[in-house]
Order: sequence, then structure tokens, then C-alpha cells
Amino acid sequence: MMALSSNPKWLSIVRAAVERLTETLGFNAEHCRSITRAVDEALTNIVRHSYSNRRDQPITMYFRKAQRKQEGEVQHGLEIILCDRGPVADATKWRGRPLGEIRPGGLGLHLIHDAMDIVEFSRKGDINRLRLVKYLGQASPAA
Amino acid sequence: MQISTRRHDKVTIFDLSGDIDFANSPELRQSVLREIHENRSARVVINLSKVNYIDSSGVASLVEGLKASRDFGSHFILFGLSTSAREVLQLSRLIKVFEVCDNEEQALAV
Repeated sequence: MMALSSNPKWLSIVRAAVERLTETLGFNAEHCRSITRAVDEALTNIVRHSYSNRRDQPITMYFRKAQRKQEGEVQHGLEIILCDRGPVADATKWRGRPLGEIRPGGLGLHLIHDAMDIVEFSRKGDINRLRLVKYLGQASPAA
Repeated sequence: MQISTRRHDKVTIFDLSGDIDFANSPELRQSVLREIHENRSARVVINLSKVNYIDSSGVASLVEGLKASRDFGSHFILFGLSTSAREVLQLSRLIKVFEVCDNEEQALAV
């Protein structure tokens, strides 16, 4: 678990931690970069949109190993949950801008979806919860 | 992130180092736009060779620089992209929108 405030100064610290964690779990270099990027973009979205750039609001992150059975084989991975206490977010209105369009903004969501196998948003009580899961490419035979 | 600027004739080179993220991309945006609007450089060159990471807000700052350059009829050129920076521009399908060079020599010769 990692608890931090919504100050963007923490982004680089979180990136370093996530990059190291993904390396340790055995993700390849490209996936380490993309997962790190997804978490960074998700945190930035919380700071910008959920907390309207306020820097003293709480964000909690949970990391745990994930696994699923895929075609009879067990696939291991990493689950990351980001929680904030901002206002209710309407995930149906989240959409990135068309790719390749020459205008700033709207890229973060694309980068998150591109990196992760599962991106789920939910609201529980007064907490927004974003669940990100990435599985390792190679499955091991199920026991 | 650190920004330093070199000027030769009508060429301005921004030497960036460190990570570009939401904490500091407004500073990059402001520096680049000020250079384009106030100094009217004919060519703005962004040296990313010491930038390991750039997020979507950093890319947005570069896009704003590119658009402002086009408005003023100047060139906006990137060089020295790290693997991570290149990936972000490819994923956003902006890699072909920017003029991207391998090194400073090329960027100055475009």
C-alpha cells in the first residue's frame, strides 16, 4: 500500500517504485515502461480531474499479485488499485481525443488502456476506485 | 526537469534534462511559447537526449509549441528521443506530425 497526497511532486517517486516493482515481477522492459506510464497518467488524472489540481488531497494505491486462468494455464500479473476521495466521476464520459489529432490533451486515457489488460472504474461510498491489471505474457501450466 | 536555452542567429535550442511530467510540463510550455511569440525564432529545436520520461502533459506542451511555430511560420524540431519518449509519440500517433531528427547536426540541417 502507498498513501500520498495529490501533489504532482510525488509522481516521479511513484514512477520509480512502479518501474522497480514491475521489473522485479518479471515484466519485460517495454511493459515495465508502459505500466509505469499508465500509473503515472492515472495519478495525473486524479490530481487534475478528481481533485481539480488541489495538492493536499489523499490518494491511496494498492499493489498485489494477480493471476487468472487462460486456456488452462495460469497467468500471473500485477493488480494496481488507485483510490481517491474526489467527487463522483462519470466514467462513461471519459474518452480520449482521436489519436493523431494535432491538439494538446486527451492522451492519458489512451496510454492507460494501451498498457493494461484490465481498466475498471468503480465508486464505493465516497471513494473513486480505479483498478488496473496487467498480466505477464507467458502463462505457466495450471496445477 | 531542467531547461537551458542556446541561441544561434535565428535558431533556438532548448536543452531539456530529467523527466517531463505534470509537475513541470507547464514550465516547458511557457518557455517554448515565450520563445516563439517573443523572439520569433525561425527554428525551435528541442533536445530531448537527456529526457528519460515524458508524459501526456509533456507531449501536449510540445504539440502547443508545434502549433505556435506553424502559426509563425517557423520550424519546430525534436531530436534525441529516448525509447520511452518515442513510444509515447508513436502511441499517440504524433511521431509523424513532428519533425524528428536523430541528433543536433541533423536538426540544424533540416
